[in-house]
Amino acid sequence: MKLAVLSGKGGTGKTLVSVNLAAVAGNSVYIDCDVEEPNGHLFFKPKGIEKEKVTIKVPVVDEDLCIGCRKCVDFCKFNALAAVLDKLIVFDEICHSCGGCILFCPTKALTEKDKVIGEIQSGVSDGVKVITGMMNTGEESGIPIIKKLLKKNSNETAMTFIDCPPGSACIVMESIRDADYCILVAEPTVFGLHNLQMVYELVKIFNKPHGVVINKCLQGEKVNLIEKYCNDNRIKILCKIPFESELGRFNSNAMIVSRKSSKYYSLFSSLLQTVTKEVQYETVTHS
Amino acid sequence: MKIAIPADENTLQSEVCMSFGRAPYFYIFDTATQTGEFIINGAAMEPGGAGIKAAQIIVDNQAEALITPRCGENAADVFKVAKVKIYKSSVGTIQDNINSYNDGKLDLLDHFHAGFHGRGEN
Repeated sequence: MKLAVLSGKGGTGKTLVSVNLAAVAGNSVYIDCDVEEPNGHLFFKPKGIEKEKVTIKVPVVDEDLCIGCRKCVDFCKFNALAAVLDKLIVFDEICHSCGGCILFCPTKALTEKDKVIGEIQSGVSDGVKVITGMMNTGEESGIPIIKKLLKKNSNETAMTFIDCPPGSACIVMESIRDADYCILVAEPTVFGLHNLQMVYELVKIFNKPHGVVINKCLQGEKVNLIEKYCNDNRIKILCKIPFESELGRFNSNAMIVSRKSSKYYSLFSSLLQTVTKEVQYETVTHS
Repeated sequence: MKIAIPADENTLQSEVCMSFGRAPYFYIFDTATQTGEFIINGAAMEPGGAGIKAAQIIVDNQAEALITPRCGENAADVFKVAKVKIYKSSVGTIQDNINSYNDGKLDLLDHFHAGFHGRGEN
């Protein structure tokens, strides 16, 4: 079973939820797809780290063969090539590795070379396999890293938790592609609601079963605006995480709250049970 | 020699555009004849790599100098290869900057930003 945890903005609690779910599940896999700023490993502190480079293909020009026809420059939708004074300039950081320029080159002056854009680190933390995608600073797109992360684990049978990047752009779509269920984390603010709406639209387009976790719920609050939205749109609310300084303290010291406090262990165990039931229910109704 | 200036509008009284790659127009001025023309910047609406494409347009128009308030690193790389000199514009209109250039009052631009890459620049 693969569960993706996503939210419309950063700082809502994706990592809190996915790390703690993986921790209470035990014998599970945690995949950090937030390759621009992966932080799940800071909580898990995995041991026995193995590293693997991620490369993409970028064009390289043989100036002796280039006739300056500019077919490649005209073709490139990302403007990753420029032709001046009979010289072809390639901007690796802008290239999306489509390979089109190479296909269009009439004199075979363009070929492909490997370029390292990041790495995948795998390790173990108390029975949880922790796999982290890390993109090098300045790279244009983390999607090749996410593809490799998920492909590497496509045959994984243990329960898998995918910590997605924030937002609802292509990088998130790539992260939820293989997910059986999407957990949308939201915080009860006007901004939080707006961002929830964005990811809610996304999971609907992808036809993914989904439910909402409301983080940072104030005590004594009756029905917050996220609950109201979920009720109005008949979205399942999976769990409400209280806004508590104890939780904040553990979390800001990079500790896994469910490993530190029985109260939070119960909270995330019960969330895991709820989600598991939801997935089973969805499998029955969608098969 | 031809000089290019990014412009908000296609008149000499227009302000110099704050953005190079996404300027709506370029003014191409010929110092030999002291005349010029406005061209539309076909790179202005590009989703990405606008600076590179705009630099390509400037080079293709045979400009040997550019007067601009700022310029990104990628465009600067193109200009470096094409041996186009980049001058920092002064506050004022296109005409003011042409006058300043003719009087030798403009300095070379020595700082190139890393780009905004779709994150907005206003």
